[in-house]
Amino acid sequence: MAVVCVRAPLRALAGGRGEHELEGATVVELLSGFESANPDLAGWILDERGLIRRHINVFVNGERGSEQTAVGAGDRVDVIPAITGGWQ
Amino acid sequence: MTELVVGTKKGLFLLEGEARGGSSDAFEITTRAFAGQPVDYALRDPRSRRLFAAVTSPFYGPKLFFTDGDPAVESDWQQAEGVSLPDGGEQALERIWVIATGEAPDTLYMGADPGVLFQSHDGGANWEVNQGLWNQPTRPEWHPGGGGLCLHSISTWPGDPDRMAVAISAAGMWLTEDGGRTWRRGNQGLTPRYLPEAPPVDPETIAFCVHHVERAPTRPERMFMQFHGGVYRSDDAGESWGEIGAGLPSDFGFPLKVDPADADSAYVIPLVADMDRVMPDGRVRVYETRDGGASWAPRGDGLPAQHAYLTVLRQAFTSTGQGQALQLYFGATSGEVFGSGDAGASWCTAATRLPPVFSVSAA
Repeated sequence: MAVVCVRAPLRALAGGRGEHELEGATVVELLSGFESANPDLAGWILDERGLIRRHINVFVNGERGSEQTAVGAGDRVDVIPAITGGWQ
Repeated sequence: MTELVVGTKKGLFLLEGEARGGSSDAFEITTRAFAGQPVDYALRDPRSRRLFAAVTSPFYGPKLFFTDGDPAVESDWQQAEGVSLPDGGEQALERIWVIATGEAPDTLYMGADPGVLFQSHDGGANWEVNQGLWNQPTRPEWHPGGGGLCLHSISTWPGDPDRMAVAISAAGMWLTEDGGRTWRRGNQGLTPRYLPEAPPVDPETIAFCVHHVERAPTRPERMFMQFHGGVYRSDDAGESWGEIGAGLPSDFGFPLKVDPADADSAYVIPLVADMDRVMPDGRVRVYETRDGGASWAPRGDGLPAQHAYLTVLRQAFTSTGQGQALQLYFGATSGEVFGSGDAGASWCTAATRLPPVFSVSAA
């Protein structure tokens, strides 16, 4: 199992826990399972196309990942809002 | 006492007061919610008193929240269900543009980008995509305007839940008479001056950049439209349109309002042009017609009259009441909100220095 790590406000929508052990072979499988297990989170990380939202970054063991990045047992997957600014 | 529900680039603001001409302290801000987040549209349903806020987080996407309690209490807000496109498709919901109350009890409609109409039959807690419009065969040919493929205007028909019109920029007018199961275009007579092709235009195929549409409740077959260059009126329920913009300083603009008591009375807020989206001559003025668009008169008593280059967006103009007691309110991207309690004859400043105003509604 891999560990999905989230911060506020996602943590509040995921039962108040910041770390979640989940099964999945890729980042998108993991995050899809994460949203399914926490219905209040549905659509907050992945959009209807199954893509990671544009201003959310995912890191697998500290390295930038994407939807199809492979994950394995013990991997840490951080979901972090992007540092953005200047455009709004 | 009037409540103004103001959606801004940095949160939702509630104001309370009474519009008194010339006053600068007629309203006070009572609540700020969703601090720092873009609130694209907000509305209080007058039937249930439920307050809705459409919030588009740049990180987490568009969401609809509602509260039956104290809007200042974050935990009182709930996220509405079903506000998304069908999973596995090629598009994602980009932004919620408008929420409108329906004719049937507990029914609401919501327009969004990409050209999608949602409907709720339980007072706005649960929503579903209107499949008739979503599966409209010409959808692959629809083109977005500068603000996206936004469904921004929803005109119900008083007393008849089956009849409705919606407008999409830039996919034009769509009409239904069977409760949204089937839709047809209503663009006859519109002239898209922004296109290089010379008229005549094909009302079935050309991209029509409708900016806003309102129906006259006392004469539902009459509708007014602010187009991307052109103000129009329809007397056949949106099937065809005729230009009524002569007499305005500019026929470019976004919002439009109709006096619910008088099908001949409407209000627009002209901007110079699509390439210069500010008030003409640096003067803030609302233009009124009392004869169905045959003539227009400026209404600006109490509004800034010099070096005021304001922009008013399409959802930032609202009304409540009717006739001589018609109240009009509009907000600007520069953070002011202005109001009139006498059908535009005199104006007050309801707020200054708000974040850019996206929407204004009154209850």
